[in-house]
Amino acid sequence: MSHQSELIATDIDEYLAQHERKELLRFLTCGSVDDGKSTLIGRLFYDTKMIAIDTLEALMKDSVTHGTTGGEFDPALYTDGLKAEREQGITIDVAYRYFSTAKRKFIIADTPGHEQYTRNMATGASTCDLAIILVDARNGVVEQTKRHSFIVSLLGIKHVVVAVNKMDLMGYREDVFENIKRDYADFVARLDISDLHFIPISALKGENVVEKSSKMPWYRGESLMYLLENVYIASDRNLNDFRFPVQYVNRPHLDFRGFCGTIASGIVRVGDEITVFPSRKSSRVKRIVTMDGDLDEGFAPQAVTLTLEHEIDISRGDMICRPGNQPSFDRKFEAMVVWMSENQMVPGKEYLIKHTTKTVSGAVSTLRYRIDVNTLHRQDAPTLRLNEIGRCEFLLNEPIAFDPYRRNRATGAFIIIDRLSNNTVAAGMILDRSSSGGEHWDDQPSEELHRQVSHVTPDERKSRFGQKPATVLLTGLTGAGKTTIAYALERRLFDAGRAATVLDGQNMRLGISRDLGFTAEERSENLRRSAEVAKLMNDAGLICLAAFVAPEESVRQRVRDVIGTERFLVVHLSAPVEVCRQRDTDGHYAQADSGQLTNFPGVSAPYDVPAKPDLILPTHQWTVEQCVDAVMQLLQDRGLIT
Amino acid sequence: MSAYTLTHLKQLEAESIHIIREVAAEFENPVMLYSIGKDSSVMVHLALKAFYPDKPPFPLLHIDTTYKFREMIEFRENYARKNLGLDVLVYTNQEAIKAGISPFVHGSKKYTDIMKTEALKQALNKYKFDAAFGGARRDEEKSRAKERVFSFRDQFHRWDPKNQRPELWNLYNARINKGESIRVFPLSNWTELDVWQYVHLEKIPIVPLYYAAKRPVVNREGVLIMVDDERLPLNPGEKPEMRTVRFRTLGCYPLTGAVESTATTLPQIIQEMLTTKTSERKDRVIDTDQAGSMEEKKKEGYF
Repeated sequence: MSHQSELIATDIDEYLAQHERKELLRFLTCGSVDDGKSTLIGRLFYDTKMIAIDTLEALMKDSVTHGTTGGEFDPALYTDGLKAEREQGITIDVAYRYFSTAKRKFIIADTPGHEQYTRNMATGASTCDLAIILVDARNGVVEQTKRHSFIVSLLGIKHVVVAVNKMDLMGYREDVFENIKRDYADFVARLDISDLHFIPISALKGENVVEKSSKMPWYRGESLMYLLENVYIASDRNLNDFRFPVQYVNRPHLDFRGFCGTIASGIVRVGDEITVFPSRKSSRVKRIVTMDGDLDEGFAPQAVTLTLEHEIDISRGDMICRPGNQPSFDRKFEAMVVWMSENQMVPGKEYLIKHTTKTVSGAVSTLRYRIDVNTLHRQDAPTLRLNEIGRCEFLLNEPIAFDPYRRNRATGAFIIIDRLSNNTVAAGMILDRSSSGGEHWDDQPSEELHRQVSHVTPDERKSRFGQKPATVLLTGLTGAGKTTIAYALERRLFDAGRAATVLDGQNMRLGISRDLGFTAEERSENLRRSAEVAKLMNDAGLICLAAFVAPEESVRQRVRDVIGTERFLVVHLSAPVEVCRQRDTDGHYAQADSGQLTNFPGVSAPYDVPAKPDLILPTHQWTVEQCVDAVMQLLQDRGLIT
Repeated sequence: MSAYTLTHLKQLEAESIHIIREVAAEFENPVMLYSIGKDSSVMVHLALKAFYPDKPPFPLLHIDTTYKFREMIEFRENYARKNLGLDVLVYTNQEAIKAGISPFVHGSKKYTDIMKTEALKQALNKYKFDAAFGGARRDEEKSRAKERVFSFRDQFHRWDPKNQRPELWNLYNARINKGESIRVFPLSNWTELDVWQYVHLEKIPIVPLYYAAKRPVVNREGVLIMVDDERLPLNPGEKPEMRTVRFRTLGCYPLTGAVESTATTLPQIIQEMLTTKTSERKDRVIDTDQAGSMEEKKKEGYF
């Protein structure tokens, strides 16, 4: 392995200091050998100097016997692994590859493109942050492209790069690229992919792979490598909902009883109140133990050992969470299932379900429908066969603590194990289920509806406005200064030539939400509608400044789901209730005190302080000017404006 | 990086600890294969972290061919057994020793088959281990790129590359029938560079053979073999010479090539590794037998 950095030779200690602190990005490459996938990976390795000389020599030898390049170096051979596969000339499994640059360490899950291997792709996708979907410029968007995109979206990958390959064979023409882009955007609007990029490349010639190509001056975006190194993934993790599946109980002696596990999501601090499922017993976190010393706080995905203030009975498979933020706890749930076994699914048959650290038996009570991965049509089906995907209702023999997969990968995922063969036969992703009246978060749109897609792409809007659209939620108590700051911010952005608009809670109620009152459900519904409006504004390329009390963490989370994690920022205006009271000129607090206004956050209803805001504005201490400066800085730091 | 972000090494560490705990929780009788090399050192270090303040709830197992470097055995005894206080089992294929097996007479392939692969199977059978940790990494060799973290073996310890269990998220399937076993690779996603960086950051002790020193070697067809004891038969006219060398990988001394080097500190080792043009397995004589040879060995039960 040879790295390119002058520091290695001149100052190895400095080099190590830099390189011991990289971020890890896992990505998936989807496409067939014909799309040039292996060539692309070979190219990434070759151009980042990750192929060792002896490996290269062995490849040269192989290129003569197995290559498809007439004896010349065939980068594709680098990624082919097992002998039997090599002889067949195809890759048939998930292979993991490793390389790194100065910025990041990368793990590639290399999966095949053939129809019968949906299961391998799901396997590879399950741990990835990003997917590269390869499209052959000569063929455009084909059935396989759609299938890959669907699986990527199903497995919850948030960042997708559509790499239009073999541009060299199409004369590096812009219209070829633009047509494919349009076709793909039409299709993908039906899927749940929040961050989408298109890059025209030639893997064989190395155009736009590591360096920007000079052959395609009409392309104004970045190279593939630039994207891989810079795509923002820190907010992909769920740091809001603390979930700790107990993995192992550590009892070296009578005075120590530690609960070992990996923090599945959220943050935990010493002194935090906790509740345990299934017992629902409560205690407080006493210590967060590691061999490197105790921690004050732990966060996902750290592997730690917790000790508690009280002796309560906890065993492997239990889930520790916060009393104010609990998962669903049920024997029943619905999930999307990818079937991975030659033996078809048998509804009603008892399987083992492994979910977090708990394994329970249970069955598919109903197969609601199967999805044709090529057309996305729902079909009535009696069973699922190898590589088929369907929506199932489950009934387990005992309840488990879970969250929807979309919101929490670690507590929403499970595998199904056949009791007799012990094989892993399927993978499942738990769905959000509608719960209440008054709210419409989970209502499924009618199947007859089709989303229409604009012919103006997000990238075009981005260049026009000189900004990336986002929604900034200014949350805080009544009187904290949300509206004031929102409008001051709008002015600042406008004067700087940016396109921004304010979405104000009260204004919403004057129009779209005039039918709603102020119960928790109606506040939630108001926020849902507002989230949809903010989303439309973002889709139009605007920065949306949303001033809402938004007192419930769970509802804010749903707003995030609607708008998309990477374009949603939470700014908490932290002025305490006493200050807000003094500032209140409309007499809202007095009315709340007297009971004229009910469910008033801070008085007669709780306000959940955001667990992990992107920014906190102490509006009781700072001037409006200072607050606006801080938000502007945040927008710049996140690369939304320049 | 923001406050709630882990560096890649800390993330790898957390994932490996998760794997190790999962095995301790799900299997009745696990064991950690201990080859005394740097990867083993890292794996043991992670096991210590996983169960701190307790000791790991499983023993280490060293398959001793009797041709390991003396410094390796010393390290095993002084560091793993004495300093760390770990339970270290040592197993040697005694029947084969009695039959007079030797790397010099029977060739590297046959010798490795009998003293490593066969010995490992014997040991696993003897102690009835149902899970065995190994320090293999996916970046080491092509056939390993597709290896699972939990790798299923039938009752004859065979690996079937065509019939591996799908492995999603961090949900590992630990179900087996009696007699079957799982090989577990907690370092799957680490690269050689990650391992060295981690050894450096965490100050993990390693066998001194990794550092350059003057050592007696003979040059055989370009491979520098250390004369670690008098058992190494010298060819007519061959004379050991003192050269400043180190080892990038450790195994049986007659089968492990040294490299000339002046690297006496970890940063220097890493520097050398980053500027060198060959991968570490090149120094192992067994790999050069045939293309895909590792894969053949794995099917037979080699780690």
